[in-house]
Amino acid sequence: MENKNIYVPYKMKIEKVTEEAPFVKTFRLKFMNDEDAEKFNFRTGQFGEYSVYGEGESTFCIASAPTRKGYIECTFREAGRVTKALANMGEGDIIGFRGPYGNIFPIEEWKGKNLLFIAGGIALPPMRSVIWNCLDLRENFKDVTILYGARSVADLVYKHELKEWEERPDVKLVTTVDPGGETPEWNGKVGFVPTVLSEISPSSENTIAIVCGPPVMIKYTFPVLEKLGFTDENIFTTLENRMKCGFGKCGRCNVGKVFVCKDGPVFTLKQMKELPAEY
Amino acid sequence: MEILNKLLDKTALSTLIERFGKAGKEVYAPVKENGITDFAKVDTIDKIDFECIATKQSAKSLVFPRVEKILSFEKSYDDISVKNVDINAFPEVVALGSRPCDAAGFIPLDAIFSTDHVDEIFNARLKKLTVISISCKKADEYCFCTSVNGNPGNTAGSDILLTEISDSTYFAEIVTEKGKAILDANTDLFKDTSAIDKTPHLADVKQEFTAEAINEKLNNLFESDIWDKQALRCVGCGACAYVCPACGCFDIQDENKGNKGIRYRCWDSCGFGLFTLHTSGHNPREKQSQRWRQRIFHKFSYQMVQQKQFGCVGCGRCSRACPADMNIAEHLKEISIN
Repeated sequence: MENKNIYVPYKMKIEKVTEEAPFVKTFRLKFMNDEDAEKFNFRTGQFGEYSVYGEGESTFCIASAPTRKGYIECTFREAGRVTKALANMGEGDIIGFRGPYGNIFPIEEWKGKNLLFIAGGIALPPMRSVIWNCLDLRENFKDVTILYGARSVADLVYKHELKEWEERPDVKLVTTVDPGGETPEWNGKVGFVPTVLSEISPSSENTIAIVCGPPVMIKYTFPVLEKLGFTDENIFTTLENRMKCGFGKCGRCNVGKVFVCKDGPVFTLKQMKELPAEY
Repeated sequence: MEILNKLLDKTALSTLIERFGKAGKEVYAPVKENGITDFAKVDTIDKIDFECIATKQSAKSLVFPRVEKILSFEKSYDDISVKNVDINAFPEVVALGSRPCDAAGFIPLDAIFSTDHVDEIFNARLKKLTVISISCKKADEYCFCTSVNGNPGNTAGSDILLTEISDSTYFAEIVTEKGKAILDANTDLFKDTSAIDKTPHLADVKQEFTAEAINEKLNNLFESDIWDKQALRCVGCGACAYVCPACGCFDIQDENKGNKGIRYRCWDSCGFGLFTLHTSGHNPREKQSQRWRQRIFHKFSYQMVQQKQFGCVGCGRCSRACPADMNIAEHLKEISIN
């Protein structure tokens, strides 16, 4: 028998560390084995299992776009055992990566449409991959609007990229922070994401909405989108259940008839409404 | 393949065990120790407990051990070497004296580990396992195989099924190619016979409901007070999942000593509160009744969609093991008439 093993991660070197916000970091990872790098392919929306040997594995989306070749990036908040160990690592250190797993954002089907990205807090990373993927293929889409909110100015991630998006004439960026989270220099909006969404009131005409954020933000954003005329098929999100294996075996992310890891993590609101609310 | 009908003298079993040993195969059979019968390695027939209705643990650990190494790693100053577990080093194993429900349990388990992504570790163990089951002539109040498409003389999952037809003789059904390989290597022990009606030699297990009826009922039962009611006694200990021949959920954990370590796969249970707990503190199934509902839905509804298999073989082990005396057959019956 060929000695294959789906649990063995790729060996990755941390090439670059970016401090995004308090306790939030982005790692740029490079394959240490050229053969792995060549074979590796992923599509936007997919995720992986990142290992710190001796501590365990943690699940995050691939935060870079597949159009940016030669590396992958992940952004994580220091929260549990593995992410704490990750946060203590630096450039040149070695970690493991298994993936890519899961389904994708169907950006092929979005050709010729307006895109409305709505993200909250640490949920921008899963969205960043698809945003860059779409911006790298900008001619395929009409208007691109990004609404991004965080608790405070300090909690906004990818600050350098927000600036880049702000300066692009072909992107409409709206940033907001929760009331009380603003600084004297803040020139974005102040208010919760759903409130700001109804304030800017984007058209639902020929538009796809991609929403990602903490459960409470999602809960109050969907009704606003529905009021704006978005149909359930045109609202996308990515779910984040607890996972271990990443390929539909360990049972942890089973919700109704789907495994979030295998059948998701990308779902439309229509698909979500068919699931029990165990996410 | 078509089932071949043979006769096997009971005394020939000890010769078989001896020959398996000589061929480098490890034989696991029900062995009674300190009052508890479980699968253990044997080299002679007299250790085997043939009277036990169902071992405490199922036979699943032969292909899906409770704790299993999936890789090892060693760190040096500027590198990490990761070593794959050698699946070719797994032993050839014979499960002797497993029950038809044990054997049937390998089918949903295989479906979990082989659908879409193939788990090579599980598959290597399963490939090297030969299952020689013995039909049940006795059952207890916990058995309900006939309600979930099984029966005390069911051949599904076995390579050879033995049915005791007299004090000295087994009726042997050779079910698979693996079974036939054993027959071919031991032709002197098996005698020809025509098909024999096993029914008079099997335990009588009354059918109380059907798995299909449960499946149907669950379509409209997600929001129901039946889950709170049934799970009232559940303490969330997870024993039901550990003894279940069809439960395949697992955890992955690292163990570290100095610069070396091992990554393990360990049994887990949807009955544990930690199973679905997010790092943020959010838990999609925070109440025990939601976890009990998940157990029933997974086995009788979701698995049927995901892998076209029911995740229950009616062995009754979960009911026997439950410290709060929950009886799954009673609960399922209640669901079927709800």
